[in-house]
Formats: sequence, C-alpha cells, structure tokens
Amino acid sequence: MSDHHKETFITKYIFCQDHKMIAKQFLLTGMFMAIVGMLMSAIFRVQLANPGEYSALYNLLPGGWVSAEGALNPDKYLALVTMHGTILVFWVLTAGLSGTFANFLIPLQIGARDMASGFINMLSYWFFFLATVILMSSIYVEGGPASGGWTIYPPLSALPQAIPGSGTGMTLWLLSITFFIVGSLLGSLNYIVTILNLRTKGMSMKRLPLTCWSLFVTAILGVLSFPVLLSCGLLLLFDRSFGTSFYLSDIIINGEALHFAGGSPILFEHLFWFLGHPEVYIILLPALGIVSEVIAVNSRKPIFGYKAMVGAILLIAFLSFIVWGHHMFMTGMNPFLGSVFTFTTLLIAIPSAVKVFNWLATLWRANIRFTPAMLFAIGTVSAFITGGLTGLILGDSALDINVHDTYFVVGHFHIVMGLSAIYGMFAGVYHWFPKMYGKMMNKTLGYFHFWGTFICAYGVFFPMHFLGLAGLPRRYYTNSSFPMFDGLSDINEIITFFALAGAIVQAIFIFNFVYSIFKGTKASTNPWKSNTLEWTTPIERIHGNWPGDLPVVQRWAYDYSKPGMEEDYVPQTVPLKEGEEDH
Amino acid sequence: MTNLLFALVALLTIAALVQLVRVNELLSEITNRDTNAVTDDDNQKNGILSLIIGGGFIAFVIWQMVTWDHFLLPPASSVHGEEIDALMKVSMTLILIMFFLLTPLLFYFAYKYRGREGRTAYFFAHNNKLEVAWTVIPTIVLTALIIYGLRTWDRAMNPDISDATVIEVYSKQFDWTARYSGSDNILGASDYKLVEGRNTLGVDVLDENSADDIVVREVHLPVNKSVLLKFRSRDVIHSAFLPHFRVQMNCVPGLSTQFAFTPTKTTTQMKEEEGDDFEYVLLCNKICGSAHFNMQMKFIVESEEEYNKWISSQKTLKNTLTLK
Repeated sequence: MSDHHKETFITKYIFCQDHKMIAKQFLLTGMFMAIVGMLMSAIFRVQLANPGEYSALYNLLPGGWVSAEGALNPDKYLALVTMHGTILVFWVLTAGLSGTFANFLIPLQIGARDMASGFINMLSYWFFFLATVILMSSIYVEGGPASGGWTIYPPLSALPQAIPGSGTGMTLWLLSITFFIVGSLLGSLNYIVTILNLRTKGMSMKRLPLTCWSLFVTAILGVLSFPVLLSCGLLLLFDRSFGTSFYLSDIIINGEALHFAGGSPILFEHLFWFLGHPEVYIILLPALGIVSEVIAVNSRKPIFGYKAMVGAILLIAFLSFIVWGHHMFMTGMNPFLGSVFTFTTLLIAIPSAVKVFNWLATLWRANIRFTPAMLFAIGTVSAFITGGLTGLILGDSALDINVHDTYFVVGHFHIVMGLSAIYGMFAGVYHWFPKMYGKMMNKTLGYFHFWGTFICAYGVFFPMHFLGLAGLPRRYYTNSSFPMFDGLSDINEIITFFALAGAIVQAIFIFNFVYSIFKGTKASTNPWKSNTLEWTTPIERIHGNWPGDLPVVQRWAYDYSKPGMEEDYVPQTVPLKEGEEDH
Repeated sequence: MTNLLFALVALLTIAALVQLVRVNELLSEITNRDTNAVTDDDNQKNGILSLIIGGGFIAFVIWQMVTWDHFLLPPASSVHGEEIDALMKVSMTLILIMFFLLTPLLFYFAYKYRGREGRTAYFFAHNNKLEVAWTVIPTIVLTALIIYGLRTWDRAMNPDISDATVIEVYSKQFDWTARYSGSDNILGASDYKLVEGRNTLGVDVLDENSADDIVVREVHLPVNKSVLLKFRSRDVIHSAFLPHFRVQMNCVPGLSTQFAFTPTKTTTQMKEEEGDDFEYVLLCNKICGSAHFNMQMKFIVESEEEYNKWISSQKTLKNTLTLK
C-alpha cells in the first residue's frame, strides 16, 4: 500500500478509492442536498405563514409551480414537502451522515489501511451520485417531482391521474431510490466486512469505539432492511408500468373504473415501514455513536457504562425490526396487531433511557471543554430527550388515534430524529474536520452556529406539538379552510420566523466550512487530545493511513483522566503500565 | 432588482465574515496563541450560555403551555374518547416530569462541570448499581404504562356495537359522502363498478337492503347512542379524522375499515361551552392530492327527537335512484 502509484486529478478527487476521499464526497453531496432540502422547507414554511401570497423565495422554483396570481400551487406544495422529506431522510441523514462517517472513521478507528474493498466503496458513492442526479432532475420534469409524501403510499403514488407528480416525477423517484439502495447496500456490506476482518492487532470488539459500534450496527440494519424497500418499490413500479395489481384494487379515478383488482395498499405500507422504521435508527444510531465519542473526549472522562451503551445499541437495533406497525395503527390493520406493536414500541424507551442517563453520568463531574462539536453533542442529547419522550404518546396506539398524522408527529420526529441526527452530524464535522482537511474550523463562528441553530430549531419544532394537539393534520397546504384552526395562524407565523432565521444561521456554518478548508489555521496531529487511532495518523492525507506499520491497540478508547497517568488522556496505542487495570 | 440587492447583501455579509475571521487570526499571530484552541474563557462563556439558553428553552416551553393551552382540543365528546383523554393525562404528566427533570439537569451539568485549566475530571467508567437502577425503574414504569395503554386501546377498539347505527362514510378526491343504513340498519351491497351517474357510491340497487339507505352530505348523530362508521374509498387512501370524538381510521380502496363510538355531547352543548362557531367536523388526515387540505364534512350531534325528525325528512335510495 505504501508504494506510490501516480495520482491524477481524476483518481485523486473523482474516481477515488481512498476511503477518506469517498467520505468527503459523501459529505459534500450530503451538504449540497441539505441546502436544497432546507430551501424547500423555507419555501413551504413561507406558504404556511402567508397562505396564497406571493413571496420572493418562489423565484427559486421552476416555472409553472406558481399561479399567475403569484400563489404556490397546492400540488406543488405537496411536491416540496415530499422532496424535502425524501432528501432529508435518505440523502442527508442516511447517505450524508452514515456515508461520511462510516467511510471516514471505520478504517481510521479500527486501524485499517482502507475499506475491505476500495473499488466497491467507490461504486457505492457513484451509485449514490447517480441517484442524486436522477432525483434532482425529477424536479424539472413535466408534472413536477413525486408529490405523494415521502412515504409514497399507493394508490396516490401509483396513479398520475391522482396527482401530477405521480407521472414521470414518480418514475424517476423510484429509479433514483433504486440506485440509492444499491449504493447503500454496497457501502454497508463493505462497512460490515471491514469491521469484522480488518481490525488491527489488539482491537477486540470490546475495545471498539462507540462510533464504530454504532456504524457497524447501522450497516447491519441497512443490509437487512433496504432490500425490502427495493422490492417494495419494484412492485410499485410494476403496478405503475405493467398493469399488475400488487397494491391496487377497486379504483375509480376521473370517472374511469380501473382494471386493478385484489391488491392492497396495506401490503405496501407493511413493506415500506419494514424498512421505514429501521431507517429511523439507520439515521439515528451513527449520530448517537458520534455523540458518545465527542462527549467522552470533551468531558475528559470515559463514556459511562460502555457495555450498557453497546447493549443499548444492539437492543434498539433488534427492536427496530419489530415495531414498524406503529406507523399503521390507523390503517385498518387488525387492532390486535396494534397491541403487539404498542408493546414492542414502548420497550424501545428502555434502552433509550439508559443511553440518556449514561450521557448525563458522563457529564457529571467532568471537565467539559466546549468545542463547537461538544455543544452540538449536548444539543443532540437535549433533542433526544425532548423528542424521545413524545414517542411515548405516539407509540401508544390508543393515544395515537388522535395525534396520528397531525403536527404532533411532525414535531416529534423532527426533534428526535431530525435534530438529534443533524446535530450529531454537525458534531462529527466539527470534531473530525481537522482530520479531514488538516485545518481547524473557526470556533467562534461555530459557537454562533450552535446557539443560533439550537434556539431556532426549538422555535420551529416545539410549537408544532401544540398544533398537533389542536388537531391540525400534517401536509395541509393551508389551515385556513377550517374555522377550528383559525387561531393557529400566530403559531404558524412564529414557526416560519424561526425556520427562516434558522436557515440563515446555517450560512455561518457553510461559510466556516468552505473558508476553513482553504484558509483555516493548520491543525495539529491530535488537536482534541483524543485516544482513538485516527489521531495517530499524519496530517497529510496518504493512501494506507499509516506510513509505517499499523498501530497496535493496547487498551480501550476511553482512558480519559485516568488516575495515575501524567496526561488526562492515554491513546489506545500506549501499553498498559505495570499493575494498571484495563478499565 | 430585489434579487440583485439580495446578492449584494449576501456578498457583503460574506466579506464581513472573512474580515472578522481574519482579525481573529491576526490577533492570535500577535499573541502567539492558537485561535481555535478552547480557552477557560470559552468554557466560562458557553457554560453560562447553556444556563441562560437552556433555561430560556424551559421558559419558552412553559410560556407555550400557558399561552396556547386554549388552542388544544376540548375534552373528548365520546365515551372511549374520555378514556383516551385520561390515558393522555397520565402519559403527558409522566413525560413532562421527565422533561422538566432531565433537560435542566443536562444544561446545569454543562454549566457546573465547565472545564478549567488544571482541573481533572473524575474517572468514573461504570457503576453496576446505578445502571441496574436506571434500567429497572423505567422498565417498571413502562410496563404499567403499556398495560394501561393496551387496556384503553382494547376497549376503544371493541365496544359493544350490537345496537349501533350503521353509517357508511365514503371518501373520494376531495369530498365525503355518507350513507345511512336506514330502518333495517343494514347497508345495501355496493361495488365500485356500479358507480355511474347519480349512483355516486356504486350501491347495488337490486339488493333489497339498499332500498331504505339514505345518502347525505352532512351526518347527524343522536347523542349517547353508539354509531358504527364503515369506511370506503373510491380512489386513493384518505383518513377519516374526527378529532373531537377521538376517532380516526383510514379509508382504503379495496378494503373495508370501521370505527365505532358513542357521542356524548350535542353540537348545541358544545356551542355553549366552546363558542358559537363550534362545529364537529370530519377532516381528511392522509395525504390524498392537491385539495387534501380542504376535504371536510359536517357532523351534527343532537337529541334523539331532533335526529329522528331529520332522518325521516331524508329521501331513501328507493326514491332517488331509479331501478335499472
């Protein structure tokens, strides 16, 4: 590996097989998509605050989305909501988060020269890239992009007569998600194999940093659940294009009785959520892993209850496969099944609570260093508490009757999944930026970014609980059609104000990111005084990560402030002292 | 012109940010310190900020609870709804206690244990007693909550429907229609292929049960009498949501779904309590197309006499649909 082969621009930056470069490719693509998804939300938030009124932001939209009077078309509002969901769930928080940090951290933290297969890893990114291009192009086709919600329930998503976006836009959505899944599976298989086979000497699973543990389990979740979404999507494609009736039956649309007979949309929902629920943890677990690492490093303390943390990750992952029905309490599914899913769903609160308590115990009597990464990690814990608790309401089928599909759900998942994961992602970027680019990000801008985001995000999502408890359904173009919701327009205006302010705050991050790549101050080898192996590599990016032999691991990753040591950290490569206990 | 102005403002902001960062960097060169290393001063400031902003968050939450309380749905107007509300109260109390305990603790810890040069953190890797405690206690609490929840769910889903009035609720893009089962309390058979002209619900007119069925665009219910809603959809999935009754069920093409409940308060009574513009309303709560946001039907709960008077003034299918 260390023998030099000539790198051209193309092999170094484009068709690159080095895991560190692929990680950056995922990160940049994910950031680009995050900006697109965020702008979409800004646009539909403006519509919700001023229904039917013109806004300068609409200039960003393709022609034909806005009426002659300057109002956003209702079906295009749904297109924006659908694409926002799709982009954030899959492109930003799955590929952007897992893709970036699994690629970057796994080989560096387990002491491997690269992924098990660099070539497959490269393919994984390029399938993702292709998926991105197709998804973006679907915005500009006739009828607009998919508009049936990110959950694409048929028949709405199957019939172009039902909504314009279910025409070419929906076909492209399915095509795009197919490539996305292929990319994701190639990546996940690689992550699993790499962690199982390429750990350096001494790096037993018991010494694996929690980041790697969570990325490992995430990859397993992906491999087990994404193929189900693929088959789910293929069957939908068949119904749409070849006249099969997997999901469709007894339909009249535009006065025309369709031939479909015997299919069931409920089947689609089962298949979709069999991926859909593990997907939540595919998004969340990497963020929780990153947060555990960042909290330990910056608390200068070992993560509290390492074994319990690993156990909690495993238990959450297992449970995530048997709770999908909690998205379907109101679909007409047998109420007994509802009981089963309520039971399994509420059980998830136990490992989740353990994680929260363990983080709090880690902070207790710590010596906290407030890097921007640490602030975002604390933000994640806060969001995980706030959003996780409302899960006890939604997971309870009896209570779900009245909050199902209302803004209560929107508030819940944006906080527990959206904020937790995106904060985790920010924490990861701030923390490993010195390793990625050899430069430091500006800390002051980081502080502004965190506190601004923290304030705005709760300003956006917390009030949504009240909208939901007032009975307001989600995915409404406007709530002015119902007198019972008239009083809620003030809340909508507050939410939109914070949403726009929050979007502007993100510009600070983007500026800091781009500026620091080129002009940031030089990073030292181990700027955070961290124990894990990635900080033993040289600052300059080299193929194979370590210039000489691979490091040998002597201890776990969390010997911070260990009594009897000179420094408040002990890198994993330092042998145990005589008589020293291995944690 | 506005776009140009926006671009100009954006450019100037970026320029200002660059200058800000440059000044910071130059300063550090002069003082010979790494600008981006975290200092005690940073820890102090962020620790205090976490107290202020964390506290602000808690205050914001309390403010919302006080100010927006009147927006929340009024107490349930149905028998099972009252049980759901009771469970909601218990669950809400529990999560609010946890929220008001854990969130302040998190931000207090962030402040209290803010780092200082020369201080050492306490090496505390695990503690079995603590860990067992905070696994077992949540487990016990959750077990109780699960059992309570399942009991409520079971009762809501399996009420006594032996004497329930059967009404079909039919959804299509973008409106609702209802069909009363009439004096025999049995809905006539229907098939989507029979939808034609005035027979908008595809009712089989040859089925004798359909003769006394009544099709309406506004639902009247007698108070304190159980009603069984049966749902059908013509085109895509809709969801029948009656928030005041705590009733929700999807309407799925090709699948029959149902929900039974007993209304406990008349519309008049609710108008007295909630204001003159109060109405029970059925909304669509599953994304169904461009006019999803405006798919509604009025429900009116009234006394038995008023209901009987109204229903007997409605035309039966025998009178509205001619036999083929």
